[in-house]
Amino acid sequence: MKKTVNQKAWFLVLPVLVLVAFSAVIPLMTVVNYSVQDTFGNNQFFWAGLAWFDDMLHSDRMWNALGRQMTFSAIILAIEVPLGIFVALNMPKKGFWSSFCLVTMSLPLLIPWNVVGTIWQIFGRVDIGLLGHTLDAMGIDYNYTQNILDAWVTVIVMDVWHWTSLVALLAYAGLRSIPDAYYQAARIDQASRWAVFRYIELPKMAGVLMIAILLRFMDSFMIYTEPFVLTGGGPGNATTFLSIDLVKMALGQFDLGPAAAFSLMYFLVIMAISWVFYTVMTTLDAREGK
Amino acid sequence: MSDTIPETVLSSRDMTIETPRRAARRFRPSGSAVVMGLYLLFLMLPIYWLLNMSLKTNSEILGTFSLWPRNLTLANYEKILTDASWYMGYVNSLIYVVMNTAISLAVALPAAYAFSRYSFVGDKHLFFWLLTNRMAPPAVFALPFFQLYSSIGLFDTHIAVALAHCLFNVPLAVWILEGFMRGVPREIDETAYIDGYSFPRFFIRIFMPLIASGIGVAAFFCFMFSWVELLLSRTLTSVDAKPIAATMTRTVGAAGVDWGVLAAAGMLTIVPGALVIWFVRNYIAKGFALGRV
Repeated sequence: MKKTVNQKAWFLVLPVLVLVAFSAVIPLMTVVNYSVQDTFGNNQFFWAGLAWFDDMLHSDRMWNALGRQMTFSAIILAIEVPLGIFVALNMPKKGFWSSFCLVTMSLPLLIPWNVVGTIWQIFGRVDIGLLGHTLDAMGIDYNYTQNILDAWVTVIVMDVWHWTSLVALLAYAGLRSIPDAYYQAARIDQASRWAVFRYIELPKMAGVLMIAILLRFMDSFMIYTEPFVLTGGGPGNATTFLSIDLVKMALGQFDLGPAAAFSLMYFLVIMAISWVFYTVMTTLDAREGK
Repeated sequence: MSDTIPETVLSSRDMTIETPRRAARRFRPSGSAVVMGLYLLFLMLPIYWLLNMSLKTNSEILGTFSLWPRNLTLANYEKILTDASWYMGYVNSLIYVVMNTAISLAVALPAAYAFSRYSFVGDKHLFFWLLTNRMAPPAVFALPFFQLYSSIGLFDTHIAVALAHCLFNVPLAVWILEGFMRGVPREIDETAYIDGYSFPRFFIRIFMPLIASGIGVAAFFCFMFSWVELLLSRTLTSVDAKPIAATMTRTVGAAGVDWGVLAAAGMLTIVPGALVIWFVRNYIAKGFALGRV
C-alpha cells in the first residue's frame, strides 16, 4: 500500500515514544553509565573507561555462557521449526476439532514461566514425577540435577513442550491463507505431496515462518526463568545461559561494572542477529506486497 | 503407566517416517489424527501430572506413586483460596496485567495507525528501534528498573510493574495492530474525512470497530506476556504488589517443599490464560502471525 508523506504523524507516535523512552532509554543509560565506571562502595564512582568491556571480552565465563546460549538456541530452533510445521500440516482444517486443537495447543504458552519450570521440575523427578519415575522403572539412569546430558535434554524437551505450539500456530495461520485454487492446480498437475509442500505451502508460509523464527530466536536467547527454576543453571554451570549468568553477576555478586558491560554486549548480539532476521522479513513482505 | 512416555518418544520417531508415507494418502484424516493425538498427549501429560498432584495430600505424593489421586482432596486449593497472603498474589498479578494491557493499547493504537498509514522522517528506524525493546533481555533491565522505580517512589506498586512490562508489550502491540490496520483499505479513511469526520471521531467511531478483532488479539497478547513474566515483576515488588509467581516460592520451607500446595498454585495460574484464550480462539493463529496473514 502506498503511504502518504505526513510529518504530523509524529504526534501520533509521540505517546509511545515518551513511554518507551521512560521504560527503556533511561534504564539503558544507567547500564551504560555503570559499564564505564568503577566503585569502591559508598556511591563513589570514578571513570574506568572501556576496562570492563576489555575484561569481559577476555573472560572465559562470558564466552562459555555465550557458547551454551548459541548451542541451546540452535538446537531448539532445529527441533521446533520442523516439528511445528509438521504439526501444522496435520491440524484439522475446520470445525470443533480445529478450535479444540488451537485452544489446547495455546495452553502451554499461557502458563507463567516459573510454573513451566515447576511443572517440569516435578515431572522429571525420579521419586514423584511421571517422566522421571517411568524412565527409572525402565532402567534408565536419569537425574537432571546431577547429569549434564540429562539436564540439557530436560531443558530442551521443556522448551519444545513450551514453544513448539507457537511455531505450529504461525505455520497453521500461513497454511490457512493459501487459496484452494493452488491445491486444485496442483492436483491437475498431479503434483506429489512433497512438491505441494515444497512449491506451494513452504513459499506461502515463508513470511510467518520468519516471524516464528525471529520470535523463537529472541525469546530463547533471553531465556531465564524456566531453566533457572528447573536446574538453577546446574549441574555446575552446564545450563547457565546468558541471562542466568548476568543476573548472578548483577544481583547476586553486585559486580555492577562487569555486569553492565556484559549486558550491553549481550544486547548488541541479540540486536545484530535480530536485525538480520528483520531485514529478511521486511524484504519478503515487500516482495509479496508488489 | 510405563506405556505413556514411550508414546511421546515414539511420536517424534513416527514423524520422520510419517512424512513420505503421508504423501500417498493426503486425504485420509486418520494419520493426521494420530499425529495430533500424540502431540496433544505430549502437551497435556505434564499439565495432567500437575493437576493430579494438586489433588493429593503430601503424604500420598511422597509415599505412593499413583496415576490418579486415591484420596481426592481439595485441601490444597482451600489453603490458597482462604489465605490472604496467597490469593492476594493472584489479585496483584491481575491488577498490574490489566493496567499494563490498558496502557499498552492506549499508546499503541495511534502509533500503529501512524505506521500503517503515513510515512514520515525516520519511520522505519523508529519501528525497528521499538522492536529492539522487544528483544531487550529483561535480565539487562532488572537492576536499572529497580533503581529507577525506587528513586521515584514507585517501588512495590502495581503501576511500576505495569510500566516495566510496557517495555516489551508496547512494541508487540504496535506490531500486531499495524498488521491488522494494514488490511483496512485507506479509502475508508478518505471517505470518512470527506464526510466531515474529525480524526478522533473517525478513529473511535469508525476505525476501531473495524479492527476490533485486532484490538482483541493485541490485548490478549499483552495480557499473556505480562501474565507469564516473572523476572521484572519479582524484582520490582516486595510485599504490596507481589505477584503470584513470586508467592509460589514460599512453598519451599524448612520442612521441605509443600508439593501439593505448589501444584495447586500452579494449576490456578493456568486458569486465567485458559479463560481468555477461549474468547480469541478464532483469531489466535492470525494474532500469532501478528496480523500479517
